[in-house]
Amino acid sequence: MTPARIVAGAVLTLMVAAPFLPLGVSREYTIHVLVQIFIWSFIGGAWSLMGRFGLTSLGHGAFLGIGAYTTTLLWNFFGLTPWLGAVVAMLVTAVFAVVVAYPCSRFQVVGHYFGLVTLAVGEVIRLLIVAERDWTGGSLGVTVRPAGHDSVLAMQFADKRVFYYAAFVLWLAGLLIWWRLDRSMARSAMEAIGEDETAAASVGIRVSRFKIGITVLSAVLTAVGGIAYAQYISYVNPDTLAGIGVSLRIVFAVVLGGMYSLLGPTVGTALTIALAEYLRILFGLKFIGMAETIYGFLLIVFIIFLPAGIYGSIRDLLRRRPAALAAPAGTTA
Amino acid sequence: MIDPLFLTEAAINGLLLGGVLALLALGLNLIFGVIDIVWIAYVDLVMICMYAVYFLVQVYGYPMWLGGIASVALGALLGVAVHVLIISPILSSAPVNQLLATGGLLFFLQSFATFLWTTDHRSVRLTLPRLEILDMPISVARLIAFALAVLAMLGLYLFLTRTYVGTAIRAVSQDREAMSLMGANPQRVYVVTSAVGGAMAGLAGALLIIQYAVHPFFGAAFGPITFMICVLGGLGNMVGAFVASFVMSEVIAISGVIWSTEMGYVIAFVVFIVMIFVRPGGILARRS
Repeated sequence: MTPARIVAGAVLTLMVAAPFLPLGVSREYTIHVLVQIFIWSFIGGAWSLMGRFGLTSLGHGAFLGIGAYTTTLLWNFFGLTPWLGAVVAMLVTAVFAVVVAYPCSRFQVVGHYFGLVTLAVGEVIRLLIVAERDWTGGSLGVTVRPAGHDSVLAMQFADKRVFYYAAFVLWLAGLLIWWRLDRSMARSAMEAIGEDETAAASVGIRVSRFKIGITVLSAVLTAVGGIAYAQYISYVNPDTLAGIGVSLRIVFAVVLGGMYSLLGPTVGTALTIALAEYLRILFGLKFIGMAETIYGFLLIVFIIFLPAGIYGSIRDLLRRRPAALAAPAGTTA
Repeated sequence: MIDPLFLTEAAINGLLLGGVLALLALGLNLIFGVIDIVWIAYVDLVMICMYAVYFLVQVYGYPMWLGGIASVALGALLGVAVHVLIISPILSSAPVNQLLATGGLLFFLQSFATFLWTTDHRSVRLTLPRLEILDMPISVARLIAFALAVLAMLGLYLFLTRTYVGTAIRAVSQDREAMSLMGANPQRVYVVTSAVGGAMAGLAGALLIIQYAVHPFFGAAFGPITFMICVLGGLGNMVGAFVASFVMSEVIAISGVIWSTEMGYVIAFVVFIVMIFVRPGGILARRS
């Protein structure tokens, strides 16, 4: 057992036990924040599947929105259980992702163009949700119809701890997918494509197939995150689940944490959510907008001074230190 | 069937809106073409300038022309500030970081405006004569805005083609490395470009506040359409952005009359996405 493994084991144990720790009055709130961190870390991880290969999407809100709204509307209007609704939503998202990814890949829409095209896609979905207000409640959003009692079929539970463990499992699954992809041949292929598409194609990599594949995977996972969030909050709103705002927040969290490492998205998401919650509590209803102002300011500062992300920077520092201090400094581990 | 008179009116309004959108798109495009960074918060700078004009003219009672000049000056200052404080430290960072830094500025400006001025809609009311052509009411404010926007674009064209600094700006946008090799200082060119781009945002702010109410989310409302126009025209391609502005504003205006305002934007975005696939290099790009 290396020290790193012991720490990881301790953290995992703490995570599993967290809902039962005696935190007093703040327990509900702590669980609430942790559930959000798990769900948004999962979404951030899904984004980074594309982002790390240079496919900088600024429109992942679109996939969140499609996932959340499809499931919610199917449940509200047709009483279809969110379990089946989620399958439908994932299929719809996959088709939509192909519709976006195929032409982008076919016509080599990359770099800034890709970012701006996806940004437009995110806005289209947000505006469509607002425009179809008879169904979706427009910009006021819509509440997930309550089942009235704890129901596995409706994915509704009064006890937040159920959601905590569900979100925890979801987060672990996200890490597993990330790790599997990181170890696969697809990663090498995608890295080659990210560097130079023409060169990658010339050595026999099927550029379009890989790009569409990774986009669909990332989109579907993002939709799953959106569904999980909608079921947990039991309310969907076009501004929190589609459009530029949420899309940028996802990217921020990932870039802050570091998108090239397994835990980067989680670290970034945890920090941004903790920061946002702290500022929200600090200012409460006193200075509307002040919390977000400081949030925006800190984001700019972080990006200027920590270009490799927080997790990435710390890891670089730890790697550099043993080398700099040479052999005697064995205690750093 | 919709009255053709309504459609004509919508088409004229679209044309007039197109002028101001073109101004925005050209400013953003100029910055992109030279510095190779998309300012996600560009229209939020416009929003700040709109507030400046609102306070000068509507609250403190200064004449509109003074408000306009102040807005242009403020825009130029903001442009330089954004470049010096945010862009220049991260010029060599990954593109995603550059996008995000200006995205952070978007959050910052949007919520700072909410903090200072709440989410109320504020507008400048000018007493302008009414104009009617063939029973169609034409907004004089829009007409003036259109004329000034076109004049400003003409001015930009002359600045870029006829002056020494303008030539330097065009040279950098064509080949950054070669310019440094020739002994020119790209940093100075960047600052001038940011100032010019910011000034255009300032002018656009002054022209928009006489037609629309300003609120902290104004940038979010007009930003995406501005990016679409830039991409549609070909990022960095000035003439393309100019043409694309009118295509997009007509699509929004006409489908806005036929369906609803939101659907107008949705259809504009769909047109944009279709166009990107038909002409990925921009509306005027030659097929290679």
